[in-house]
Amino acid sequence: MNSASIAALTAAVAGHQLRLLLFLVAAWGGLGVAGVLRPRGSRVVARVLFPLGAVVCLIVAIVAATFLLSGQAAQVMVLPLGLPDLPFHLRLDALSAFFLLLIGVAGTGISTFSAGYFRVGEGTPPGLMGLQYHVFLASMAMVILADDAYLFMVAWETMALASYFLVTSQHRIPEIRRAGFLYLLMAHVGAICILLSFGVLQGGSWQFTFDAMRHASLVPFWASTAFLLALLGFGAKAGLVPLHVWLPEAHPAAPSPISAMMSGLMLKTAVYGMLRVSFDLLHIRYWQWGVLVLALGLFSGLYGAIFAAVQTDMKRLLAYSSIENIGIIFAGIGLSILFETCNLHLFAALALCAALVHSLNHSLFKSLLFLTTGSVLHATNHRSLGKLGGLIRRMPWVASLALVGTLAIAGLPPLNGFVSEWLLLQAFLFTERIPHSFVNMFVPLGAAVLALTAALAAYVMVKFYGVVFLGQPREPSLAEAHDANWVERLGLIWLALGCIAIGVIPQLALRPASSVTGMLVGESIRTTGSIWFIAPVASRQASYSGIILLFGIIAVIGVTFLLVRLVAHGRVRRVATWDCGYPHQTARMQDTAEGFGQPIRHMFGAFFRIERDLPSPTDDPPRYRIRIEDRLWRAIYLPIARAVQWLADLVAVLQGGSLSIYLLCSFLTLIVLLVFVL
Amino acid sequence: MRAITIIRQLGQVVLAIAIAPVFAGWIAQCRAWLQNRSAPPLRQTYYMLRKLFSKDAALAQTASPLFRVTPYVLFGTMVLAAAIIPSLATDLPFARAADAIALIGLFATARVFLSLAAMDIGTAFGSMGARREMMVGFLAEPALLMVLFNAFLLFGSTALPALVDNHRAHPSIIDPSVIFAAVAFVMVLLAENARIPIDNPATHLELTMIHEAMLLEHSARHLALVEWASSLKLFNYACIGFALFVPWGIATHGADGVAAMLISIAALLVKLIVAGAALALIETFSAKLRIFRAPEYLAMAFLLAVLGLLVHLLLGVR
Repeated sequence: MNSASIAALTAAVAGHQLRLLLFLVAAWGGLGVAGVLRPRGSRVVARVLFPLGAVVCLIVAIVAATFLLSGQAAQVMVLPLGLPDLPFHLRLDALSAFFLLLIGVAGTGISTFSAGYFRVGEGTPPGLMGLQYHVFLASMAMVILADDAYLFMVAWETMALASYFLVTSQHRIPEIRRAGFLYLLMAHVGAICILLSFGVLQGGSWQFTFDAMRHASLVPFWASTAFLLALLGFGAKAGLVPLHVWLPEAHPAAPSPISAMMSGLMLKTAVYGMLRVSFDLLHIRYWQWGVLVLALGLFSGLYGAIFAAVQTDMKRLLAYSSIENIGIIFAGIGLSILFETCNLHLFAALALCAALVHSLNHSLFKSLLFLTTGSVLHATNHRSLGKLGGLIRRMPWVASLALVGTLAIAGLPPLNGFVSEWLLLQAFLFTERIPHSFVNMFVPLGAAVLALTAALAAYVMVKFYGVVFLGQPREPSLAEAHDANWVERLGLIWLALGCIAIGVIPQLALRPASSVTGMLVGESIRTTGSIWFIAPVASRQASYSGIILLFGIIAVIGVTFLLVRLVAHGRVRRVATWDCGYPHQTARMQDTAEGFGQPIRHMFGAFFRIERDLPSPTDDPPRYRIRIEDRLWRAIYLPIARAVQWLADLVAVLQGGSLSIYLLCSFLTLIVLLVFVL
Repeated sequence: MRAITIIRQLGQVVLAIAIAPVFAGWIAQCRAWLQNRSAPPLRQTYYMLRKLFSKDAALAQTASPLFRVTPYVLFGTMVLAAAIIPSLATDLPFARAADAIALIGLFATARVFLSLAAMDIGTAFGSMGARREMMVGFLAEPALLMVLFNAFLLFGSTALPALVDNHRAHPSIIDPSVIFAAVAFVMVLLAENARIPIDNPATHLELTMIHEAMLLEHSARHLALVEWASSLKLFNYACIGFALFVPWGIATHGADGVAAMLISIAALLVKLIVAGAALALIETFSAKLRIFRAPEYLAMAFLLAVLGLLVHLLLGVR
């Protein structure tokens, strides 16, 4: 598309984006309802509804992009729906447009892939799946468009419920039911915190529109309370440690496109909520909040990376890696709050920009990787890393697209994951200027934690890709694995192209993100004016060019290849593997996923609770088992569960079955209430 | 863009490609002298490369295209890095493409490709080497980043050319933190380039290998490219070290004359000779650590860099 047609398009939709988006959300709803009309019609659902859903996603992305790039004022709208005297308020501004762009871009790829993937039913009847899927998409968009606490909570709960049903689509398996329950529980604990946070934010005006909250002035105590409640609520949804426990259970339980949606998109609604509350609704921020969010984010990042390294299930591994990436995003948000409270607005914009771009990047590469696990699962029926291997020969399309995702998520130039991590590291460089002593000494160490996290992520992804796609097949049945069908490939290619495009031309993501930082912190990172370089602060300070790196490497490889052709006249012979001359090679001699995680277990032993069953001399065959658990389960969750159980047992004393006691209770309650009222 | 900068850019890349094997040969020669062995000539690495390029390549039956591309990718990233690092001059067209942090990322790309290729064949040694290489990598990165933080605090940039220019413009800056950072950098350099005390480039003792274990299945031209890329990596690391700590002789912005060019080449050669001898000395006087001591070694490098940072912040120089 050339610039003239972009300009024409922008002019055509200018001022109407919110209405258009509302129409598109309604279209998702319509697609869902259409699915219910043919609950068993897998052909209709896969060949018509999902592709149409993908088209709607693409239009959402385009509309959001036109809004962001034209830099218009916020659009508001009041819908005469909802309760009497409590209509729905909608608002489209730069922040919401950015996250709609994210949902649209990643959703296009996921919906396209789903069109190929759900040709084979998975538990839930396909029509019903179509309803849940499109309601999920629509509710995420509504969360982002909401401009009052009421609509926000309605959409938030719809999102939680829709995703719960999607997670438990194979509800006949007990583990999946359990995972779904845990997810629902955490979602509701989080929702309560968010509701309470809105309750504090309205500041006594009893107006629950976001506009009223923006103008409420809270004393520091209540502002901090609202912030902490929001951090708890959105942190639970995002999977911030220690509220992350549902994530590694729910993501593997869901069908792969749903895992991609949850990890790529739904976690970002929590990031959105956090940004909305802390930068838009709260009129004031304190530097201690920034330090808290930064510390939590860095800890989550490291924690997620360490646990991802020891996983043996490919989807659990990716789920832990999501925790890691969310940690990086929250670290960016925390750093931004810290800078902003110290009046270092340019650096605040830099950190926030890194967080936003990383959100977008994560939605692309994590969706891509979850979708490839879906293809692997369909082709092999194995999820455990111990039963995979060598798929690059049987599934070249999926393997090469997964390689793009792997390199991107490992934070390697010239792909997109590197851009956001680089921006965040650049932001860390300026922490020396924070005027609080000790804070400015310890925050630079955060950069070291971030570097460790990023490098560990590379370790994790080498393990993931190496064990799944490289080496020799660990099971004979893998020889029959088939590649993804062409619709699935299309979805994967879309996401992989996104990863490459943002890596090579970061401006694609930086320009939209800059309008958001302009709105939230009143400053944007510097642009160099050319698409060749990015230099967020100053060109002499640091610059990066993905495009030169990519084409430079390609050019050198090309020249080298030609020169080697001229110089080296030897042939290439295919021979048996050498391996220092050991003659009997089997696939079992390769490093396993457990083996690859062993150095991490050794080094970060304090993080894990490890149970080992060593073989005894009489065993036949000898068995060696190792179980690795999250320490936080026993430290936090089991005590809480026991306390709840104990309280419930106390209450159960009343439930003796005799009517007179129940009547007495009702009577006493009435008396107490009357005493309160009078 | 002026012709002189393009010529200089090309000259720097060609010099790097040509000189890197000699540098590796020089270290080997110094080591041989220190160990009372008769030393191979400096051209020995070239003889090796020529021999490898003329041979037939034996490729494992299980090798995928990823395995065949990897030597070229490694060589490509290392040559590109050599174009970006200001080893001779700071006014280079490519220099803006990546700052020091992005350079670390570029090296990480090469490392990941090498590890993936090692896992591709599916042998026990290959995957073991890949695992260990990635482990050393993630341990080294925080330390290296802290070294760059030090440099940033002193000279206000992570872009190597700007850093060199600032350093040359204010040669009076002498800060105790530089010493800590330099020691940490040398420790990281040894670890990242598979040298004693983390790995031994001369070993083929199977259970202690890291780097060599990943190269077992490469042969002929592929092996030659990987070896060349490894020596380029060492050269690049050395040049990053020169830019950070001893930037004297590098032609700064505006110094375009032939004299500046000759001085910069001479200075680079002198620095390489001294650095090679020093590396050989370190390697001769230390023993290889057990693999599980590697975290302690790199944690020490990290702590030294952090100490440098704290010294700088506490003393408040500038």
